[in-house]
Amino acid sequence: MGEKMLMKGNEAIGEAAIRAGCRFYFGYPITPQSELTAYMAKKLLKMKDAAFVQAESEIAAISMVYGAAATGARAMTSSSGPGISLKQEGISYLACAELPCVIVNIQRGGPGLGSIQPGQADYFQATKGGGHGDYHLIVLAPSSVQELVDLTMDAFDLADKYTNPAMILGDGLIGQMMEAVEFKERKKIDLPDKEGWILTGCKGREKKYIVPFNLDPYEMEKINLKIQEKYKKIIEKEIRYEAINLDNADLIVVAYGTVARIVKTVIDNAKKEGINIGLIRPITLFPFPEKIIAETSEKINKVLVVEMSYGQMLEDVKLAANGKAEINFYGRAGGVVPTQFEILTEIKKYLT
Amino acid sequence: MLERIIISGFGGQGIMLMGRLLAYAGMLEGKNVAWMPSYGPEMRGGTANCTVLISSKEIGSPIVSHPKILIAMNQPSLDKFEPNVSENGLIILNDSLIEREVNRDDVSVIRIPADDIADKLGNSRAANMVVLGACVKKSKVVKMETIFKALEKTLAGRNQDLINLNKEALKQGAELVED
Repeated sequence: MGEKMLMKGNEAIGEAAIRAGCRFYFGYPITPQSELTAYMAKKLLKMKDAAFVQAESEIAAISMVYGAAATGARAMTSSSGPGISLKQEGISYLACAELPCVIVNIQRGGPGLGSIQPGQADYFQATKGGGHGDYHLIVLAPSSVQELVDLTMDAFDLADKYTNPAMILGDGLIGQMMEAVEFKERKKIDLPDKEGWILTGCKGREKKYIVPFNLDPYEMEKINLKIQEKYKKIIEKEIRYEAINLDNADLIVVAYGTVARIVKTVIDNAKKEGINIGLIRPITLFPFPEKIIAETSEKINKVLVVEMSYGQMLEDVKLAANGKAEINFYGRAGGVVPTQFEILTEIKKYLT
Repeated sequence: MLERIIISGFGGQGIMLMGRLLAYAGMLEGKNVAWMPSYGPEMRGGTANCTVLISSKEIGSPIVSHPKILIAMNQPSLDKFEPNVSENGLIILNDSLIEREVNRDDVSVIRIPADDIADKLGNSRAANMVVLGACVKKSKVVKMETIFKALEKTLAGRNQDLINLNKEALKQGAELVED
């Protein structure tokens, strides 16, 4: 504990998951996250009461997560864009059945089979319910390898706390990058007891069911209302963001994950030219940090959203600002990462 | 301080290991470090490169467009990255595989006959360490002792002869450059 290690993002997620008590991993390899699948194979196959399965397909993998989660175990799957698309049916089922689990999406360029370079165009899919029905995942967006570790551990806790699937939304850059990480001692937190609902064999007790449906529409509506109530609590309690340099900024950039890091370099370089840039970096994408964006955009009035997409988080920023600020956008996609120079040039356009 | 380094060569030359050792050594010296591999649909024998950042502050963008230091292990690497090296930067090239002169006159250039030295040491695969030794001594991005430590940690569990060979290659590379 406490010693710094040099780790690749994908492997750091695996180590963090295992340290958070995850003993069940089901997945199918895909670039740029395959090192995570390989790491879980290497570690879990040697552990007692643990399972690693390279599933026959992504649909099988997410269904195995459903099964493991129904027994109360901490379970995880991971993939990148195309594989996450295949998992959407199962993700919607998990949300409806209120099963905690962690799903990792190390995004690549889309749409279609796309490219294997970094992307952020799965934002809509992650935050708006990529599968059918009214549901949300708790979506966490790490910006460094250390944050991948911390947020992966948090994701398991949040999933258990709200009995809801949580997603780590990274990208190929952070997955492939190596940085120093520390596995810090974590505070013990109180989590709800799972005994009441988990399936452990019904010998000597009443049967229990974990099913993602109810054919009586009024009963199904009750399930919906229950999970909606949960999302309200999540929005109330779990919003996280990083805010930098918001006082007296000439312009505020809103960016998450890898792009937010690039913006931090832009902030330093702009300062040398006498330009004062602020940054709001959402760490939770659902729940989205609306309030800080609303308050800041009202004060500063000039906002630039930067993403590796053609404007997905942009919509949430616009909803948050609610017409009170000029919201501009810059994006590259398909696997292309915007450079610090491009972003600074774009910022200057709006400051003249 | 922010050191921006690009290391490039062909697959199999140990490019990624050179970068990892620099990053590891930076971390051991208490700096912030980032290591980024190029990843993509490359063929065996195709080009490989990685980026290393070593900084006393938080590292923002992990992408380096203009490296201060370029290590070019083969000619295609020099062709690709030479124009991007920042002014007053440093290019260290593998003289055994690169015949042409460097076109830039606003950067320092060091030519290391890495493959020849490695061959004399009895293992041509140590060419990467020869160049790394020269790079560390010239640029002082990290201390040579820390590279040795990083090497021992990274190759832990491998046979000691291999570690010793790599150390010797690092030393011989360092001897070729002035402080």
